[in-house]
Amino acid sequence: MRTSIRVAALGATLLLALPTASFAEGDAKLPHSDNDVRNIPSLQRGARNFINYCSGCHSAQFVRFNRIGTDLGISEAELKANLMFTAERSFETIRSSMSPADARKWFGNAPPDLSLMARARSPDYLFAFLTGFYADPSRPTGVNNVVLPGTAMPHVLADLQGVQTLLPAPPGEAEDEDADVTSRLKPGSSGTLSPEKYAEFARDTVNFLEYIGEPAQVKRRDLGVWVTLFLLVFTGFAFLLKREYFRDIH
Amino acid sequence: MGNPSYDTATARGLWGWINARFPLEKMLKEHVTEYYAPKNINVWYLFGGLALFVLVLQLITGIFLTMSYKPSATEAFASVEYIMRDVEWGWLIRYLHSTGASAFFIVVYLHMFRGLMYGSYRTPRELIWIFGMLIYLALMAEAFMGYLLPWGNMSYWGAQVIVSLFGTIPVIGDSLAEWIKGDYFISDITLNRFFALHVVAIPLLLVFLVVAHILALHEVGSGNPDGTEIKKYKDANGIPLDGMRFHPYCTVEDVLAVGVFLLIFCGVVFFAPTMGGIFLEPPNFEIANPMQTPPHIAPVWYFTPFYAMLRAVPSAFGTQIWGVIVMFAAIVVLFFLPWLDRSPVKSIRYKGWIPKVALALFAVSFVVLGYCGMKPPSGIFPLLARIFTGVYFVFFLGMPWWSRWGRFKPVPERVTHNAH
Repeated sequence: MRTSIRVAALGATLLLALPTASFAEGDAKLPHSDNDVRNIPSLQRGARNFINYCSGCHSAQFVRFNRIGTDLGISEAELKANLMFTAERSFETIRSSMSPADARKWFGNAPPDLSLMARARSPDYLFAFLTGFYADPSRPTGVNNVVLPGTAMPHVLADLQGVQTLLPAPPGEAEDEDADVTSRLKPGSSGTLSPEKYAEFARDTVNFLEYIGEPAQVKRRDLGVWVTLFLLVFTGFAFLLKREYFRDIH
Repeated sequence: MGNPSYDTATARGLWGWINARFPLEKMLKEHVTEYYAPKNINVWYLFGGLALFVLVLQLITGIFLTMSYKPSATEAFASVEYIMRDVEWGWLIRYLHSTGASAFFIVVYLHMFRGLMYGSYRTPRELIWIFGMLIYLALMAEAFMGYLLPWGNMSYWGAQVIVSLFGTIPVIGDSLAEWIKGDYFISDITLNRFFALHVVAIPLLLVFLVVAHILALHEVGSGNPDGTEIKKYKDANGIPLDGMRFHPYCTVEDVLAVGVFLLIFCGVVFFAPTMGGIFLEPPNFEIANPMQTPPHIAPVWYFTPFYAMLRAVPSAFGTQIWGVIVMFAAIVVLFFLPWLDRSPVKSIRYKGWIPKVALALFAVSFVVLGYCGMKPPSGIFPLLARIFTGVYFVFFLGMPWWSRWGRFKPVPERVTHNAH
């Protein structure tokens, strides 16, 4: 009996450990977004950033304004005054003001919907993307991106960040262990925000994107604690019951 | 018929009325209160009950998902997000169902490994094994078709890859793949028919097969880790001396098992529903796009051992059919297990080191193949996949020989059991 439990535990560990390991390696190292979906002020700033800088071109077609209001503590009046520029009623979703046909004509392809982008990529990826633009005269937009080379997106945040330059890789040197994809970027022309403030701006925006990817996630984790506590008690009693019955088995 | 006291003329009360017309009490006694299971069964014998629990969970959550899901190429993806955001508790129902799919395979794989360890498929339980294998096949079809329904990009390309396997069959392949899809590519019509099969046809088949699996089991009686037959030693009343009633003893044990299972299962549902991209893959949060493949297409983890075998075999004579044959052979060979195993004893407990090493190698090969199937076919992985595909087949095809090698310990007449 003991051995079989040990075998089972080993098997379970292997099954769980192997796939996790497989996803840890691979692609270029991303910086940590360090965002926190429980930070309501950050999410509110992220919502403002999203509406002001992203929603002109990107939709979030599964995200309703009133859901944002409920989850982030924004009243209907505040929603209408500050966020609902493209919507009449608060149950509407975030729509882009640019038509996909126009977008294809101007940029080559339509900007993707951002409802689920944080789940399809990752918050770290989005943070690297937002902080990863650099000057590249060979591109039609004049900029390129460290995590999405050849992106059709212009650097719409250049006013805030300025335009960075990408330093060439130091020749022959071993790669720095801590270096991530953004570490060779250096501030170029200055924007209205300091690099630290711009990172905060990007972090808030990524935070909002992670929240809209799964609006129920905070509730899910909170509920999970109670479910686990209940199951511990339930399993405890189930164990005592089983032990009591098995006194009969000789 | 049945209890003579249940005669339509003399039966009393509702219970009597029913039992005079339907063998309710008789069935309950036969399968629950007076079904005797060996009292030495251990933790490995709990996964069958857990599989039944997960089946019921999938049926119930599936019914609720169907109430809001739209099986249409233009609406499917959005309807899943509607469930995740706008349906009350929709996110919970969806995560229970998506995690349940993976949990189903975990408990079924452990259940099958129990069979390998203790020779559960040996005479007279061959048919139980065959029914079990049919359940496994139905489960794979169910999971594969269910995975298309969210209409994400991995759903789309995963289905594309698997259906195209049928296209490698000579002569009829292309028409067969077209017939499965109902179109020249995976489309709305494919989604609709997969939906019909996923929610009606295969669940019906699964439930029918599970009933057959359990009826066959209750006909011959449960096996145990000693590989003995408890029916050989009965008391004056015909009750097996080494048996215990299914209810309350097995049921109370199953309740404990469900508690432990749910602790782990709910841990995933509430804290890691995507399981780091294993249970729900990142590309599936993008809508199906026939113009853009995900960077790396792989089926969900429970198919990857077979997918690794498919890729391990190179194409030859201008066709890729060989990999497909190997992959299907890996599943078909399992059906023959009761006749491949020629060991003088059933249980691993009384076998020598050769069968123990063989079983360990098999387990390692299955896990390594599963891992290779998740990774892109580069670096060391194609080589590993080839080696362990070999190990997998040597295990089964060599079994008639190696299962008889070495020294075997004497099997006790009665079960070994320490009261606890």
